[in-house]
Amino acid sequence: MSLWEYANPARFMALSGRILPTLTIASAVLLLSGLIWGFFGTPADYKQGSTVKIIFLHVPTALMAINAWLMMLVASLIWLIRRHHVSALAAKAAAPIGMTMTLIALATGAIWGKPMWGTYWAWDPRLTSFMILLIFYFGYLALWEAVSDKDTAADLTSILCIVGSVFAVLSRYAVNFWSQGLHQGASLSLDKETHVDNAFYFPLLVSMAGMVLLFVTLVLIRTRTEIRTRRLSALRAREV
Amino acid sequence: MFGFDKYTNTVLMAYGVAIAMLAILIVLSLMKSNRVKRELDAQEAKSNGKN
Amino acid sequence: MKSLILRDLKLAFRSGGGFALTLAFFLIVVMFVPFGVGANLDLLARIAPGILWIGALLSCLLSLDRIFQLDWEDGTLEALATSPIPLSGIALSKATAHWITTGLPITIAAIPLGYLLNLPTQSYTWLIASLALGTPTLSFIGAFGAAITVGIKRGGLLLSLLVLPLYIPTLMLGAQVVAIGTPNPAQLLALVAAISLLSIALIPFACAIALRSNLR
Repeated sequence: MSLWEYANPARFMALSGRILPTLTIASAVLLLSGLIWGFFGTPADYKQGSTVKIIFLHVPTALMAINAWLMMLVASLIWLIRRHHVSALAAKAAAPIGMTMTLIALATGAIWGKPMWGTYWAWDPRLTSFMILLIFYFGYLALWEAVSDKDTAADLTSILCIVGSVFAVLSRYAVNFWSQGLHQGASLSLDKETHVDNAFYFPLLVSMAGMVLLFVTLVLIRTRTEIRTRRLSALRAREV
Repeated sequence: MFGFDKYTNTVLMAYGVAIAMLAILIVLSLMKSNRVKRELDAQEAKSNGKN
Repeated sequence: MKSLILRDLKLAFRSGGGFALTLAFFLIVVMFVPFGVGANLDLLARIAPGILWIGALLSCLLSLDRIFQLDWEDGTLEALATSPIPLSGIALSKATAHWITTGLPITIAAIPLGYLLNLPTQSYTWLIASLALGTPTLSFIGAFGAAITVGIKRGGLLLSLLVLPLYIPTLMLGAQVVAIGTPNPAQLLALVAAISLLSIALIPFACAIALRSNLR
């Protein structure tokens, strides 16, 4: 019994159908309790006031924005090497979720930044990297839409994802040089680790776990949709 | 217990925007899932009937 | 492979279009900046490195769809794919030919255009060095984008959307090399060159995968 058995669409459908209800409930419970705990149950920070509560949305979504791309990278490699259709479709299913997570991370960051930094947007390395990640998602999704042949689309998006990952990492480091050159010493770093107290740490962990589970749940649902779409067009093609 | 202060609007706005975007994503995913499932079921019934 | 490069060069020169058009476009982009921001010489000197680099990126983008499109349409690419040269070798030749017809002229044209933008004298060496070492990345990434979009009708806009994000590291580092007051330009220049070497070494293989999939 190996993991690759689930690369078979029928087996994948059976397994994912079996675990989806549990997964849905688990992710809803964890995410809601993490957010409610964070929203109602945490004190205001001595420096940031109540805006510190935004961390329970910002950090989990930022985490998933990057992890969704990593998952797409792994799925793309599996598709190119082992040609498992489920893998290519899972990468396609994950992209809109990752894009939404990136948008939420940017939006919550901007809303937090206004009272704290005095501006919605600054060309800080982290913010800029997220903007770059967002346009990578745009390109990836646009390519899926543009190619009509399904297997070719999977090939092309996979290779784009792999090359894109290399250049996304390069951008992440290039941004550091670039931003140093622009704002001398005007540091707007988030400094998270230093002032996360236990009172924030535990609800944050719960929210992060909830967001991970939400991501997995949505990827499974969307992958199932993609598999069904594929089957539907195969059936229709046979009829004509 | 709320621990709110002059930043109440900021926090509410952040939660509102984020939850709205998550909700849009979830609703769109579910709607598409249901639509495709219905169409596939209909198509399968049709194809099976013919054979 | 040499003959393939020569053939592409000959085609580019004979049609005359690619070469001159790219430079004309570069001139127009650079010329429009003073129109947009005003002819303040201090301001122009400060933004000149960025303008020249962005102009180079956009001019390069203009001729990307030619890399594979014509050969794809008339079936030459299919014939080439069955020849003993591997597809990655074809992509390497095509990208090299593209660099000779765009990257190289852009690098040279940047000198007079830098003068127009009042680029400080001590920056010219860095400008030439960074463009010469950075533009190969532009051609190779561009060839990758062209290989992906070759089968798509009217893929020009998509090509830009795919290729421009990949240009970000080169643009950031390249413009930074030329800017006045960068503490250690040689170090950044080495990074620009490193990205070019990485692109030259790896992107032909990615092109080959994309082309093979498109030819299937």
